[in-house]
Amino acid sequence: MANALKDALGDVGVAFRTDVSELKLLGETMPVLKFSHAFHLLFVFLFILVPSPALAEEAVLNGANTAWILTATALVLFMTLPGLCLFYAGLVRAENVLSVLMQGFSIACLMSILWVVCAYSIAFGDGGAANQWYGGFGKTLLSGMGLNAMSGDIPESLFMMFQMTFAIITPVLIIGAFVERIKFSAVLLFSGLWLLLVYAPVTHWIWGGGWLADLGVMDFAGGLVVHATAGITALVLAVMLGPRKGFPDDVRPPHNPGITMAGAAMLWVGWFGFNAGSALAADANAAMAMTATHIAAATASLTWMAIEWIKYGKPSLVGMVTGMVAGLATITPASGFVGPIGALAIGFSAGVVCSWALSFIKQVVKIDDSLDVFAVHGAGGMLGIMLTAVFAVPKLGGLGLAEGVTMLDQLWVQFAGVIAVVGWTLILSIVIALFVKAIVGLRVPDQDEADGLDVTTHGERGYSLGGR
Amino acid sequence: MKLVIAIVKPFKLDDVREALTTLGVEGMTVSEVKGYGRQKGHTEIYRGAEYAVSFVPKVKIEVVVDDAIVGRTIETIHDAAKTGQIGDGKIFVLDVGQAMRIRTGEVDSQAL
Repeated sequence: MANALKDALGDVGVAFRTDVSELKLLGETMPVLKFSHAFHLLFVFLFILVPSPALAEEAVLNGANTAWILTATALVLFMTLPGLCLFYAGLVRAENVLSVLMQGFSIACLMSILWVVCAYSIAFGDGGAANQWYGGFGKTLLSGMGLNAMSGDIPESLFMMFQMTFAIITPVLIIGAFVERIKFSAVLLFSGLWLLLVYAPVTHWIWGGGWLADLGVMDFAGGLVVHATAGITALVLAVMLGPRKGFPDDVRPPHNPGITMAGAAMLWVGWFGFNAGSALAADANAAMAMTATHIAAATASLTWMAIEWIKYGKPSLVGMVTGMVAGLATITPASGFVGPIGALAIGFSAGVVCSWALSFIKQVVKIDDSLDVFAVHGAGGMLGIMLTAVFAVPKLGGLGLAEGVTMLDQLWVQFAGVIAVVGWTLILSIVIALFVKAIVGLRVPDQDEADGLDVTTHGERGYSLGGR
Repeated sequence: MKLVIAIVKPFKLDDVREALTTLGVEGMTVSEVKGYGRQKGHTEIYRGAEYAVSFVPKVKIEVVVDDAIVGRTIETIHDAAKTGQIGDGKIFVLDVGQAMRIRTGEVDSQAL
């Protein structure tokens, strides 16, 4: 049978290395394949898989799901590089534009390495006796993950990559809190430790088979895992770092709202990968998640626009795209559980609540969370988590709660999730920040802050107008 | 020789340039500047935070002319740049001690 298969594949241009004498279906040998044409027949081959020795049952790779998640992974990375980077870059002073791009890019690189080294294991490994809390170190350096290892019906390496893009964007979100005044070394050290001690464990609790998953917390694509953690940490860092010089009365406005909108547009498109991709399948659930995501984005944008129009007489571009992000953050945990009506309601709520939260943090509490990470992502994520319980019920167009669970039950569960994640994030962020402060310090000198981080930290100029 | 400095509204630059060319003034230096007089700035609002923008964009035109045509130069600029609204700008006249055309080495009035 193996030889017949080899012959058949040879007919369509699939060649094997001559030192592989037979196709071993259950063994360790992986044939080296050279495809000359008939690429679509790859799917035929892929259905005859060599299962990883670690798995007891034979998992079959679903080509459609794999294709979609490959795409979604690229979309979510695109959200960070360059979407979120541009979004933030346009909002700071021109002298700091490069520092923001640099922070985003370098965090993306660093988190990628740390994810592969051990964060993936902590998040999605099997922690044995401690599996309620974290996933252990069994998958350190992706050990045991052979070429054909599976996670459900997609390759495990793909699942790992898809999750990596989430692990990348979450610390990049936090940048918004500390722009224009943080030390670059502090950014790297803090982000690395935060990934290992906050993001990976929380991911395990909710998506990796940990205690919040057992409790029944519904977080489709990261309301708690991504937005709440980032939002809380942003607040902690904003307080510990201190405000920008001149805050609140004398800060300079966004230097390039156009680039911010470009970044926002990339976020919207990429978010289809973030939410619809979290269905981990190319199916109706993904399509509905995409629908809910899109409706929430549009609704929240218009809501924020309307609020500004009424309040200030002028609807602004920066305001509108901020509303968009708020809507997307809020729909994130709900996207796979609610229907279009839920999405409309959630988008509207996001516009109202997050714009209020922004004014509250900046003008009442007067914390310089410079780019409003908590107001948009923290408040949005937590709001979305609670509204998930509401709009998941079929009567409100949702896809239903678990068997025997009422809306009130689920609200309590969601609330427990919020408390747990907020509490852990708060405490660990403070500890990590204190540690980083002691090791490298957090803040640049006042003169560097005034001159701008581009030139003082990175030795570069963002804009060379006038030819110099 | 006199240096005539005119600060005008940016959209008036072309009108002033054409008028001066008609007058026979053959060169000028233009810079983009900011300023205010009685035309105060305005307020911009980003995400609920107000930013007072005191300065208004303007264009500064500098021409050096012979004493003989200073009066006509000022008049020409004035007529071309005026809109009647606050923020039209100002004209200043300074004395020029010396001038030279770099390419040829001509000095003073020959250089203009």
